[in-house]
Parts: sequence; C-alpha cells; structure tokens
Amino acid sequence: MKYTEEFRDAARVKELAAELRQITRNPWVIMEICGGQTHSFMHYGIDQLLPPQVELVHGPGCPVCVTPLEMIDKAIALASDPNFILASFGDMLRVPGSKGDLFSVRAAGGAVKVVYSPLDAVQLARQNPDKQVVFFAIGFETTTPPNALSIIQAEALGLKNFSLLVSQVRVPQAMEAILSSPANRVQGFLAAGHVCAIMGYWEYPPIAEKYRVPIAVTGFEPVDLLIGLIDVIRMLENHQTGVVNSYPRAVTEAGNQAAQTAINRVFQPADRTWRGIGSIPMSGFSLKPEFAQFDAEKRFDIGHIQTREAEVCIAGKILQGVMKPPQCPAFGRECTPENPLGAPMVSNEGACSAYYRYRKGV
Amino acid sequence: MSADLSQGPVCPVPLSHRDNIIIGHGSGGKLTHDLIKNVFGKWFTNTYLDQGDDAARLPLPAGELSVSTDAHVVKPLFFPGGDIGKLAVCGTVNDVAMLGAVPLYLTTSFVLEEGFAIAELDCIVHSMADTAKEAGVFIIAGDTKVVEKGKADGVYISTTGVGVIPASQKQQISGRSARAGDAVIISGTLGDHGIAILSARNELAFDVALESDAAPLNGMIQSLLQAGCDIHVLRDPTRGGLATTLIEIANQSKVHISIDEVDIPVKGPVKAACEMLGFDPLFLANEGKLIVILPQDQAARAIDTMRAHPYGKDAAVIGRVSSAGADAPEVMLVTPYGSTRMLTMLAGEILPRIC
Repeated sequence: MKYTEEFRDAARVKELAAELRQITRNPWVIMEICGGQTHSFMHYGIDQLLPPQVELVHGPGCPVCVTPLEMIDKAIALASDPNFILASFGDMLRVPGSKGDLFSVRAAGGAVKVVYSPLDAVQLARQNPDKQVVFFAIGFETTTPPNALSIIQAEALGLKNFSLLVSQVRVPQAMEAILSSPANRVQGFLAAGHVCAIMGYWEYPPIAEKYRVPIAVTGFEPVDLLIGLIDVIRMLENHQTGVVNSYPRAVTEAGNQAAQTAINRVFQPADRTWRGIGSIPMSGFSLKPEFAQFDAEKRFDIGHIQTREAEVCIAGKILQGVMKPPQCPAFGRECTPENPLGAPMVSNEGACSAYYRYRKGV
Repeated sequence: MSADLSQGPVCPVPLSHRDNIIIGHGSGGKLTHDLIKNVFGKWFTNTYLDQGDDAARLPLPAGELSVSTDAHVVKPLFFPGGDIGKLAVCGTVNDVAMLGAVPLYLTTSFVLEEGFAIAELDCIVHSMADTAKEAGVFIIAGDTKVVEKGKADGVYISTTGVGVIPASQKQQISGRSARAGDAVIISGTLGDHGIAILSARNELAFDVALESDAAPLNGMIQSLLQAGCDIHVLRDPTRGGLATTLIEIANQSKVHISIDEVDIPVKGPVKAACEMLGFDPLFLANEGKLIVILPQDQAARAIDTMRAHPYGKDAAVIGRVSSAGADAPEVMLVTPYGSTRMLTMLAGEILPRIC
C-alpha cells in the first residue's frame, strides 16, 4: 500500500488545502479531464475542501460515456449473433444502446464475456475456434496499447477468428474541441495523469499556447489532485499559461515509448464521433489498413444501424463541462444507476454516477 | 468433447454409486438410505434426529422464537477458512442470533448434482457437524434431492434455524431500535470473505494470503448480553457489506448514521486487492462479522467483551447514530480530511456471486 497511503495522508491534504485557499484570489473554472479524477474528488470529498472561488467542471474522460451509440448498437448486433462471442470490459455492459444493453443480450442467451484485458479475449478466440471473438476496443490512450498488443499477439498466433470493434479516442483533440466551443467556460485544466503516463505531455504545450490556458498533468490521489489545482491556480493568478507536470512520479514528457510504439504499429489517427458531443477530427484511432482482417467493422456486415438517444438526457453538455448532473431534469428521477438513460450514470468514471453515489441530495 | 467413434459406438462408463452421487440417491429407496447412513448419519447424530421420525419432537424453553432460513450456493465449495457446509451453518445461526436469541436447532436440505463426489459431500457434512457443535445447535431434520448432471452446481444447501429469545430479555433487539446517541461497533476487519472467495476462484491476477472470516457469532453475542450490555441493534454485514447493512438499519430506525473512515478496520491484503480491482471494502461480503449498536456510554464495555472473544479481537467503535435531519435517513462516511460522502447501495453486483 506504500505509494498510495502517503498520497492520502490527512495532515498533508489539510496543509495543501490551506495553501490552495491562501493563493486563490479570483473565481476560476477548472476542468478535470478524467472521470477517474472526478470520482476521486467526490470519493474523498476533496471538492468540499476547495476555496469557494474554485469551480470544478467535469471533463469527457469517461471511456464508456463517449463511446458512440452506433458502436454500442453494433456490439449488441454482433453479440446477438450465435456465431459470435463479444468480449468487453464490464463497465460497457450496462450502457444503454438504442434498444437495451449488452446485459439484456446476455440474459437472452447472447455470448457476452467480461474480460479484464484484451489479451484474455485473444485466449477466448484460441479456446473457441468455431466462434468469431470480437473485443469491444473502447477507451482513451490508456487502453490503446493493450488493444494494440492483442492484435500483435493474434497476428503472431495466426488467429482468423479474432477482431476488434474499435472505438478508441484521444484526449488532446477533445480538449481543443471544448476550448474552441463558444459555450466554453473552462479556464484551466487538470490533464489526465494516466493518459499522460502513456503518451507523455508533449502534445499539450501547443494547446496551452493557442488557447492561453494553464494545464497541469495531474494524478488521482487526494494529494495529487490538490497539487494539480495549486499549480493551475497559481498560473491563473499570475496570468501565466503553459504546461506543468504535477504528477512526476508517473509521467515524463516523452511518455512510455514501448506503449507508443505498439500503438503506432497497429493504429493510425482517425476522425471519431463522441457520444453526446459529435464528430471531432482526428480525435481517435482506427486500425491501419494492413490490419484490416482484425477490424470487425470491415470484416462483418453489421447492417444498417438506426440509433435513438433518450431525449431528456443532457450527457453531451455534461461531458463538455457546460452543465452539471443535478441540472439535468432526469437526474435521480427517471435516470438512476439502476435505470440509466445516459452513459455518465453507468460508469465508475461517469460524472452523473459520481454525483448520484456520493452526493445524492445535491 | 467428442467420443472416439473409430471403435464403434461406446457407452460412457457408469458412475459408481459408491464414489459419486447418482440419481438413485434421491429416490427414497435403498441408495437414499445408504447415503443417509454412511454420510449424514455418520456426522449428524443427536437425540432428536436419531428418533428417526418424519419430524423432530423438541423441547422449547420459555420465550419468543427467532426463526430464519437461508440458501447457500457458493463457488468454489471449498475455500481458505471454510466451505459451503460451514457457511450454511454460520449463515443461519448468525441470522437467528441477531435478535439476541440463543440458536437451538437447525434443519437442512441438500440439492445434489448427479456425479458429485461422495467424498466431497462427506467433507461438507463433517464441516457442518463441527460448526454446529461449535455453535451449540442441533441439526434435527434434513432432506436430500438429486438433480441431473448440469442442472445444479455440485451442491446447494438450505438451512433453517430456530432459536429462543429468553423471556427474561427485556430489550427489543432489532434493526428498528437504533437511537440518536448510540455508538456503532464492528467486531473486526471488513471484506476478508469477499476477497478470499475471489482469490480462491483464481479470479485475481495475484495471490492473497487471506482466509474467509466465516464463523458462528452467537457465542460473542451471548457474552455481550451476559455482560449486561443494553444492545439496540445486532446485524451481520454479509452480502452488500457494512455500507449496505448500515443503510438498511438507518432506514429501519429512521436515523442518521455517520462512520469514521480512519476507525474502520481493514486488513492490508484486502486494501491492496481493493486498490487493484476498484472495489470498496465497505461493500464486500463478510461471514463472521457483527455490527453492534448500543448507547454510547456502554461502548467501552462492549468493546472489552468483544475483544476478549476470538472472533472480536479487532472490535472497534466506528461511528455514531444521530436523529435523521429534514432529509431522509442516511449513512455518511467522514473521510480522514474531515469531508464527508454519502454511502448509497450499489446498483448491481460489484462481484460475481459469492455467497
């Protein structure tokens, strides 16, 4: 437990909260990119320790939240076919598609397997040579390297029955989309520490420069969150922009080279649609043409998908930091973790789920 | 698996009724009688059961009855610190004891899957007998059914328990009895059972040196009552863990409960496993832990009594009860930083089936 408890130390947290209160003079709107950070803020009650001038808005960094409806419907269509096994991270199973979710497909007899790693899905393909195994490859730069490795492994094994349903997204392009929106309120960012552990933070200085915002690469423990906030607010109060690494124990500027090599071997940047936000140019990855035989969308005719979103859900506005969960008319009423209308109410990284779980009365 | 057809049609080797359960063991005939004699009769023997009638004739001390029933379907059947037999006895004994009753009698029924190894059944029945002896209860009636291969998962065990709340006991021990000003006590570390089961299923990508806490709690409860503690609530935080159980109590008693994170005992390996897997120990299952709620001024006496008991060595005061505010009853966790977060029931399973 070393390496976590020292970053949860009560005396240190109180000291940092006092320092933050002391340096904050003006009102500021800060976005934490990653849903893991949103949950940490709420779980540890760090939001209650902040000076009243600091407003946190919650970013789009929730992988299942931004996975477009069309992809979920495609996953459901594949899982419903008896010739297929659909492997997925567990979080994805309760995300509502146009009609039902993957849990209901499983209950109706569809082969939906929860795996902890895409490499487990490769194993499934080896064990089930008579089935097509499709792994639902969702997420940010953090899930991209293991997904790339699954392709490298499947190719080495000569597997003909393994493929990915790819919905990979990238953080920097989403930040640009938020900053260039006329509705934007965000004045500073806590960048997602785990994404930066993979990719480094060399992609961020041009964004800080172009939009004149400070960005602090931030971790997930209470001490990390407060240090990130102190670094961003100090820059804001001093009228500075730029990128600072507030999570140096995990992040370097260049990032994890082996992981980036794996990504670059298998994937290439591509336009992606974000659920609730829309299409953002070059905001994701797709498989390179030479790996087309592992691309479920290219290999299988999934047919025409007619998507339909719940009309009342404001997930898109929440993911862009324009609105907060309690401002949604359905929050805690029609929409609850038991009966989610939108993905942010499902996931462990979704902002609505964080508000509902930790602050039901808000 | 396909049969080797090169040598013509083959019949599977029939199961030996000496080594494995076959459908005939549930027929009520000779095989059933043999199974009762050789397995159940070997371990379950007492004056009441041995009468051999269709029902047991039992003496009943003065007081009110406490009755509870539970079905047990754990996987794997054997795990560090226990097995399905031990769970089947502890689960029901503990539920009966949570009204402050003295558990006296258990009945049990077994659903066995065709092909189940009789040697394993023998271990399970032996374990039930040992646990019943420790808890001081008699297993006074039972039944066995056999279902076809593939229609069950080895063995399912149901138990029903009967206990007596002595006429002399004045307090109404109940989930409805928590009062403002009460202290909340837990008898020991949280989440041992949940993580031990996951580990025994090889579902963790790492080894954990941890045993399930499965244990009968009626002895510790009797010690508390004998020490003169004016107990308001007793509850064992099984499925759903401490958090879910406290939410149930807050709702039943219409009170506000707050607990202090720093005071909640959790073992290092459980913390580490939760950290890796994203679980919260407050929601993990326990099978040998006790929540005691009683007036604040009796907390020290209760703690001393519990710590003197082998199942209460790590007992700690973890929180307090206050009157519900304008809002609904709720359970609040106070973090080490003085901030708070509300505890709410989880929407679905965080874990695969564990008990």
